[in-house]
Formats: sequence, structure tokens, C-alpha cells
Amino acid sequence: MNRLALALLGAAFLAWSADACRECHSALDGNLGSPAKTYDADIHGRRGFSCHDCHGGDPNKAELHGPMKVRRTTVAALCARCHSNADLMHKFNPRPRVDQHTQFLTSVHGKRLAAGDEAAATCIDCHGVHGILPVKDPRSPTHPLKLPDTCSRCHSHSARMAKYKIGTGQYADYRQSVHWHALEQRGDLSAPSCASCHGNHGAAPPQVGSVTAVCGSCHVLLEQLFSKSPHQPVFSMMSEGACTICHGNHKVEKPTPAMLSGATSACVQCHEPDTKGGVAAAEMFTQSKKLSDALDRSDRRLSEARGFGMEVSEAQLKQIEAREQLVKARVAVHTFDLAEFNKPVQEGLTLAAATLQAGDEAMREKDWRRIGLGLSLITILVTIAGLRLAIRRLESNPAAPGEKG
Amino acid sequence: MRSSSPSARKQIVNWIEERTGWGAVREFIEHKKVPIHSATIWYYFGGITLFLFLIQVLTGILLLLYYRPTPNEAYESVQFIMTQVEFGWLIRSVHGWSANLMILSAFIHMFSVVFLHSYRKPRELTWLSGLALLGLSLAFGFSGYLLPWNTIAYFATKVGTDMAAAVPLVGDWLARFLRGGDDVGGATLTRFFGFHVAVLPGVTTILLLVHLALVQRFGMSSPPWVGPGNDKQMGFFPNFFLRELMAWYAALAVLGSLAALFPLELGEKADPFAPAPAGIRPEWYFLAPFYTLKLIPSRVWIVDGELLGLVGFSLIAVWWALLPFWASNRDGIVKVRRVTGAGVALLAYLATFSYLGYVK
Repeated sequence: MNRLALALLGAAFLAWSADACRECHSALDGNLGSPAKTYDADIHGRRGFSCHDCHGGDPNKAELHGPMKVRRTTVAALCARCHSNADLMHKFNPRPRVDQHTQFLTSVHGKRLAAGDEAAATCIDCHGVHGILPVKDPRSPTHPLKLPDTCSRCHSHSARMAKYKIGTGQYADYRQSVHWHALEQRGDLSAPSCASCHGNHGAAPPQVGSVTAVCGSCHVLLEQLFSKSPHQPVFSMMSEGACTICHGNHKVEKPTPAMLSGATSACVQCHEPDTKGGVAAAEMFTQSKKLSDALDRSDRRLSEARGFGMEVSEAQLKQIEAREQLVKARVAVHTFDLAEFNKPVQEGLTLAAATLQAGDEAMREKDWRRIGLGLSLITILVTIAGLRLAIRRLESNPAAPGEKG
Repeated sequence: MRSSSPSARKQIVNWIEERTGWGAVREFIEHKKVPIHSATIWYYFGGITLFLFLIQVLTGILLLLYYRPTPNEAYESVQFIMTQVEFGWLIRSVHGWSANLMILSAFIHMFSVVFLHSYRKPRELTWLSGLALLGLSLAFGFSGYLLPWNTIAYFATKVGTDMAAAVPLVGDWLARFLRGGDDVGGATLTRFFGFHVAVLPGVTTILLLVHLALVQRFGMSSPPWVGPGNDKQMGFFPNFFLRELMAWYAALAVLGSLAALFPLELGEKADPFAPAPAGIRPEWYFLAPFYTLKLIPSRVWIVDGELLGLVGFSLIAVWWALLPFWASNRDGIVKVRRVTGAGVALLAYLATFSYLGYVK
């Protein structure tokens, strides 16, 4: 009865309304009302699109319509009517991207959906439905900072993933990675999240052979060095992606010299310690630690000198150069060539020795300054005492000009 | 030999006397007296300020031997002074610290004049010239701060010259005049260098001579409560002079300790395209007005907040400068309580707001 009354009231109201769908749905509660209320913020709403563009019907007509629900399996095609139309999209963006649907059809999500699996993700699962925001909007679920959370809504859901036999630990692992740290802690929007490696609309797990290319899309130099290294042909025959053999996939931790040597190191997985490879790895570890320790020592010395107000900015600049050599050495690990690795190490050690010497000199200079200050203060105090004595002698002689009163 | 010496010396003294009239000056100094009372110690701060100014001149000339006032070379030349020039670090550090101590000493001197009521007739012009010298000291500080061309100095000057732009009617012109353009840049550095080493020293020297001449002309003032009956006094030379010399040595000890233990840092070279570093603030002597302006809302009714603050500061400065003229009644009797209250209020404001400006 209530529904009928509401419908009649709505029909009378719509007789003069410009957008009958929104006017009527705004008055409703729950799932029927919320689309009309959130649509104002939607990018499509702001660009002049209305309900009927997706749901059909005529907003100028007051008569009630039947169910106009869009099936999940047809959502992607529905979105593609506009988003794959370069001519239309050009009106809103001078450089429109219109390949999303094509890519989606190649994705695991798209393939499953095409096979009739309604549980597979489609456009609205990541972008939202009636409150879709531009990707650049920090509130959007597809904003780089929000994307891992969005993917994890399904991929960390053990019940949903059970039927696909996919693990659910990726998100937890990713949150321990350097990539997550860069994205979340440093706010570096260029840091990789799920879509950077798996793709977004064409999301699929990288094939073993393409892992190096995926990682190399950011770590260009590392990929180049690795592809020329003796490990490349060996790793390509293994069942895991090349980079992930040493670094892992979702849980890519900060690389440390400990990856080179020791019981839990990456190298020891394949190389016995007394083999040529094991000895080279141990030597890389020793040299890397030697440089790292030398740099830390210089840093401490320079920082100590600076704390005493000593001017060591030139040495600090040189120290930055020395740190760059450590980075170069860590990059050179991927040549798996000890001679190549040692070049930046030796250069870094020479620079670190020079900066340590500069710090030592600054501290010696500080000591000299204090000795000089002490001697000057003694001289000044003796002079003040002498003056005081002279005044007393002057004023103790009644014949001399002095205090009168 | 012994008998001929005094005669030769006398001849030289006579020769000089005939050509300079030095005897009158000597006689003046010999007869000049300084009152002795419980507040005599405050008389030394004028001399200490002068001593620190002389150190500024000396170290400033030494810095000029190496300093180059262009954006490309200023920072590097100061770095060269601090790392390559023998005792260059000490010269720069002494220059910077003596500037701070000189301004502190000048403030102490000003407040001692207020609390001892030494501004009274006939010393109105001595007060005004002293106040102008304090203003010039602040201008020295403001112009010298930019010269190392480091990040802090660059952005502090940007903030300072922005404030000048808020002055009614002439603000835009004044800001452009100070900067030599629309923004702080190479032209600003050249101008500030010119003000710092030529204009300000010239004006200060003239004003300082006037101030010293007036002090000599009217002598040291005794506070009103000492009364005319107090005839306890000491000769200026050598008694007061030797004591002043002790004070100068003490100031030198403090200055040397600060310069050696806390040498001035150079910081990072200024980068006009870099964002302003967080927590940028001016030198301590500008902190009170800086913090006050921060507290004033950007708009108070229909008036611009910054403009309101500047007008307020200007009115307070004029009121303070006119102190000798409103401090006495028609009979020439000083309103001791009112002036002391005003001095305490101003001192409390400066101390509190400087502290708040420093910690917040």
C-alpha cells in the first residue's frame, strides 16, 4: 500500500521533473535511493551523463519502469560502449585510453566472466558503481594508495578465493615489502602496487619468462646487467621468475649484504660455500660490508664534527658521492662478476677514507680552537685582574684623581 | 739626556697643541666626572655596544677581502672564508656573534636609559639619536643576514620583504626598492650588500658621532631618586675608563667563547626554486613582531591583518620615540611610575613574544 502511494506521488511529481529517475529515486531509502544520492559526486554525473545512459528508459517520461538492473556479466561491455569509443572519449580527454575493454577480455577476470562466472571481478568491483571518482582522486578505490586495499578485498578473502585455489597471503606479504614502504610510508605514487606488475584491466599473473621484463620496466639497469650475466640462462630454465628466485615476489624486502652470505642467504640456496660461486658471494658480502661500515664510520665522524659547529659541508658532499658507490656496487651484484663488483667498492672506500680524514681533521681543529680559546680566556682574565689592580692602586692613593664623595 | 727629554716632549706637545687645540679636549676629559650610585653599572652598556660595533667594523673589513656579492659566488666565497682562509671561520663567527651581542647590548642600554630616566631634558636628542642607532643596528642585522646566500637567509628575507609590501600606499614600491625586482634575487643581494657595507655604516658613523657628542655635552645622567645632594662621583679618565676597559675585555671573553664554541653554520646554498623549509623564522630580535603578525588573523573586520599589525607597530614605535616628551608633566617632573610601567610592559612583551616565536 505504501509502495503504491509512493509510486503515485512519484508519478505526479515526475510530470514536471526534468530527470524523473533521480527525482524519484532520491525520495527512496536503501539500495533504491543511494544511487541517486551519490551520483552527484560521480565523474559521469559531473560530465552530464544520467541514469538512462546505462540503465535505459526515458527520464522525461513519468511512467514507472520495470526492473532495469544490469547483469554483472554485461557490465564490462556496457562500460565499453563509451570507454572504447575514441571519438566519444576524445570529448572529455584529449588523450583518451580506449583499450581497457580489450585488455579486460585478456585478463583472468575477463575470461572467467566470459565463461559465466559472475563472481569474477568486473569494472564496478574496482571503480565503484554510482559514485565513481577519477583515478587521480585520493578517495578513489583505484588511486595508487588505495589500490592494494581494493585488490585485497577479494584476494585476501579466503572463502572467495577457495574455489579458484589461489592463496590469500599476497596482500600481507606485499605490506612487508619495500614497494609498500615506498608507497605507503613515503607516499611515492610511482612505487609499484598490484597493477604495476600484474596490469590493471588486463590483470594476470606474470609468466615465468616475463618476470625479468616486468621488474625491468622499473629496474632497467638491473635487468640489463642480469640479462648479460651467467645466471640468466640458468634462471630461465627454472620454474620461478628470475628476479623472484632471490628477491621473492610480493614480499620484496630491502636487499642487504646478508642476501649474499650466510645460512639464510639467497646465494647459498644454489652455491655451496666452498665452490667458486660461494666464494665469490662471500667476497662480495665482505667487500660490501667493508664499504658500508666505512661509510657509517665517516658519517658518524662528520656528524660529530658538525655537532661542534665545524664546517664539513664539502666532506658531506663527497660522502654522498661515496654512498652512490655503494648503490652502484649493489647494482653491480647483478653482473655476478667479482671484478665488476669491486670497481665501485674500491672507489667508495677511497672516498670514505677521504671523508673520514676530513672528519678527523675537523675534530683536531675543534680541539685546537678550544685550546686557543682557553689561552685567550686566561689572557683576558689576567688583563682584567691587572686592570682591577691598577684601579685599586689608583684609588688607594688619595693624591691621585679618583672617587670623590 | 734626562734633562733634554722633558723639554723635547714639551715641544712636541706644544706643537700639537698649537695645531689642534688638543689641550681643551684633554682638559675636558680630565674634568669629566661620572656619578656613582647603585645603578652605575648600567652606564657601561653604551660603551660595550660601541666596542662591539668597532669589532663589527674590523671583522667586516676583513670579510670584505674575500666576500663576493653575487648569487653564484656569495655562498661559495663564505664557504671559502670558513674552510680555506686562515682564521676565516673565527672572523665570520666573531662578526655574526658580535652583531647579535651588539643588538642585545643596545637593547639593554635602551632599557637602562628608560628605567634610570636618563632621557629627561635636556637629553631628548640623545635619546632620539640612540633610538635611531638601534634601528640602524636592526637594519644591519636584516641586510647582513642575506649575504651568505643560504636557504634560511633567503627565505627569511623573502618573508621580511613581503612584510614591507603590506605598508600602506608605498608598500609595493618599498618591497621592489628593497628587492630590486619582483622577488628576492641577485639584485636583492647586491642591494643588501650595498646597504650593509656602504649606506648603513656611513649613516651610523655620523649618527654615532652625534650621539657621543651629545653624551659628552650633557654628561652622565643620575636617576631622579639619587637627588642633587649626591656628589659621589669618579673621574672619567682614568677611573671610569679603566672600568669600561674591564667591561670590554669581559665582553671580548664572552664573544670569543661563543664564536669558538658555537661557530656560525653556513647551511645549504639558497635555491629560489626549492620550497621554503619548515619552521622558517627570522633572527631573534625580529621574533616578537614576527610572532605577533602570525597571531593576527589575515582579516580583522574589513582591514588586512598584516597591515593592521604594521600600523600598530608603527604607532608603538612613534609613541616610544616620543617618550621624553610625554614622560614629564608641565613642571618638568618625570612620571616615574608611568614610564617604568611602560618600560616593563614593553620588555615583558618583547621577552614573551620572542620566546613564543622561538618555541612555536
